[in-house]
Amino acid sequence: EKTRKGMAEKIDSILKSYGKIDNGLFDELEEILVTSDVGINTTMDIIERLKTKVKENKVTEAIEVKELLKNEIKDILNEKEKDRELNIEPSPAIVLVVGVNGVGKTTTIGKLAYNLREEGKRVLIAAGDTFRAAAIEQLGEWSKRAGVDMIAHQENSDPAAVIFDGIQAAKARKTDVLICDTAGRLHNKKNLMNELNKIFRVVEREYGDARREVLLVVDATTGQNALIQAKEFQEVCNISGIVLTKLDGTAKGGVVIALQTELNVPVKLIGVGEGIEDLQKFNTDDFVDAIFD
Amino acid sequence: MAFESLSEKLQNALSKLKGKGKLNEKDVDLAMREVKLALLEADVNFKVVKNFINDVKKRAVGSEVMNSLTPGQQVVKIVNDELTKLMGERESKINFSSSPPTIILMCGLQGAGKTTTAAKLSMSFKKQNRRPLLVACDIYRPAAIKQLEVVGEKAQVPVFSMGDKINPVDIAKAALEHGKKNGNDVIIIDTAGRLHIDEDLMAELENIKNVLNPEEVLLVVDSMTGQDAVNVAETFDEKLGITGVILTKLDGDARGGAALSIRAVTNKPIKFVAMGEKLEDLEPFHPDRMASRILGMGDVLTLIEKA
Ligand SMILES: Nc1nc2c(ncn2[C@@H]2O[C@H](COP(=O)(O)OP(=O)(O)OP(=O)(O)O)[C@@H](O)[C@H]2O)c(=O)[nH]1
Ligand SMILES: Nc1nc2c(ncn2[C@@H]2O[C@H](COP(=O)(O)OP(=O)(O)OP(=O)(O)O)[C@@H](O)[C@H]2O)c(=O)[nH]1
Ligand SMILES: [Mg+2]
Ligand SMILES: [Mg+2]
Repeated sequence: EKTRKGMAEKIDSILKSYGKIDNGLFDELEEILVTSDVGINTTMDIIERLKTKVKENKVTEAIEVKELLKNEIKDILNEKEKDRELNIEPSPAIVLVVGVNGVGKTTTIGKLAYNLREEGKRVLIAAGDTFRAAAIEQLGEWSKRAGVDMIAHQENSDPAAVIFDGIQAAKARKTDVLICDTAGRLHNKKNLMNELNKIFRVVEREYGDARREVLLVVDATTGQNALIQAKEFQEVCNISGIVLTKLDGTAKGGVVIALQTELNVPVKLIGVGEGIEDLQKFNTDDFVDAIFD
Repeated sequence: MAFESLSEKLQNALSKLKGKGKLNEKDVDLAMREVKLALLEADVNFKVVKNFINDVKKRAVGSEVMNSLTPGQQVVKIVNDELTKLMGERESKINFSSSPPTIILMCGLQGAGKTTTAAKLSMSFKKQNRRPLLVACDIYRPAAIKQLEVVGEKAQVPVFSMGDKINPVDIAKAALEHGKKNGNDVIIIDTAGRLHIDEDLMAELENIKNVLNPEEVLLVVDSMTGQDAVNVAETFDEKLGITGVILTKLDGDARGGAALSIRAVTNKPIKFVAMGEKLEDLEPFHPDRMASRILGMGDVLTLIEKA
């Protein structure tokens, strides 16, 4: 809290001290974006566009520039506004959750299963991470908390086989949403990405008619590597949405701005804590305000 | 990679200088712009980049453009030397207590790699014929204790746990007693991931530290971390007085600018790097390799060395 307030005060005092617009002001705004992990290239693009807008609208007071900049970013993010809903209607649906190590996949599944069950849906989860130590027990604990069943095999078994069983169980039980966990994997590891490919072939073959949502989980603390992650995962599994986790920290997650422009994949959900209720819909205004507040 | 490498960019920027004279301020400014962009792309913190660039500028202005090298490479060499120096000249090892047991406290944000790294460390100690003990002080994350037990078994290192109903500070105390009684000479404390701004959980860590008086307080940091690394490292250091850093997930392709940021704000050494999920995947830190990684250069430096 202290850090955030400090930042907001800092920006406003900077803007006040400027009065009229000059290049120093744009440098300050550039700093805010870069330190939010927007990335230097995207930041320079945005600042260029901002400069044009400032000219076009004949803005002369520094304090107005902040609003213009916010709107500029909101426009980028809102290009995808319509697609923010999970693609899970009508049933049946399958949600696959992927991402690099430790970003919050398993936790997000616990929260999502809980939310969907609260909405009255029949939810089943599949323990597709058979690799990490105690990953199955971890998801098992979440399945208890969320009050949904879990399909699991033993540690080190074939993840594609777990997903296969999950699908059969979902069909037999008339499940609305089947949510599948996968092991964390770095996008530059060929064999692990191929394993993911195998899982997707099973889904295609066994559950081709189900709605499909492929969520890439991105840790808000991540810097520019998130762009490469997203591109590589996109190639293998056609991600349809991003979940931005750990936004309860001081990191702003600005890299998703570039993610959305470059990949055209919307951010759908955000994680704001380790509790079961700490999953929310992504809201552009709140997100952008947090960068500046 | 589709990107033009930093040294190529510098080469282009400084092509007119080829093989003659000294670098003047204008040449250096031109080059530093490219260096600045490269460092920001590598996730080095904005302020750290600014300071670093200023320092390098001072050294670069007036330096000879060696005949054997193209000017771009000369600048790369200066930048790389400075970066390596900043990162700590040599590898830094674990400090063992003169009166064992040596206590090592692991800390860091959620998902950074603490539990995995604790097990890796314990295995490396075991190979040195020590008698490590792993301690499960994460009572919050679902199945955290089980995870430590599984990796402990793989490392063939005993794990001390008291379930998830006892306060971590009390677990730590009991573990120390247990370790002393059983002749463990290194005790590694795994703790729950926490945000640096979570006051209750940070206070818990301070309490653990106070009762154990550890030889090492190691901050575990994900190498993919972006600009926030400085806030995290600064706060953990302020509250706990960290003694070193372990950089994880370097088997990925993140450039790892966080290493530089953390080093700059805490001045604490990076002691190890983790290069994979398996227990063998822990290596000593090499400042020079990290420097070329951040700059995105790789082999260019070996070329310079040969030149
Ligand atoms: N503060 C905070 N912590 C989170 C959030 N989401 C997850 N975490 C924590 O991040 C850590 C990693 O979460 P997991 O769900 O195990 O991550 P994962 O992606 O499944 O990890 P692997 O399976 O090992 O790749 C845990 O300590 C979680 O409690 C969040 O939104 N905020
Ligand atoms: N690729 C790779 N993965 C790693 C490395 N170190 C840890 N991991 C993975 O990162 C994820 C998180 O590791 P953990 O050891 O559970 O992290 P933690 O800091 O204990 O997490 P919390 O206790 O939830 O805060 C797991 O999937 C690990 O296998 C590494 O060096 N490389
Ligand atoms: Mg997981
Ligand atoms: Mg852990």
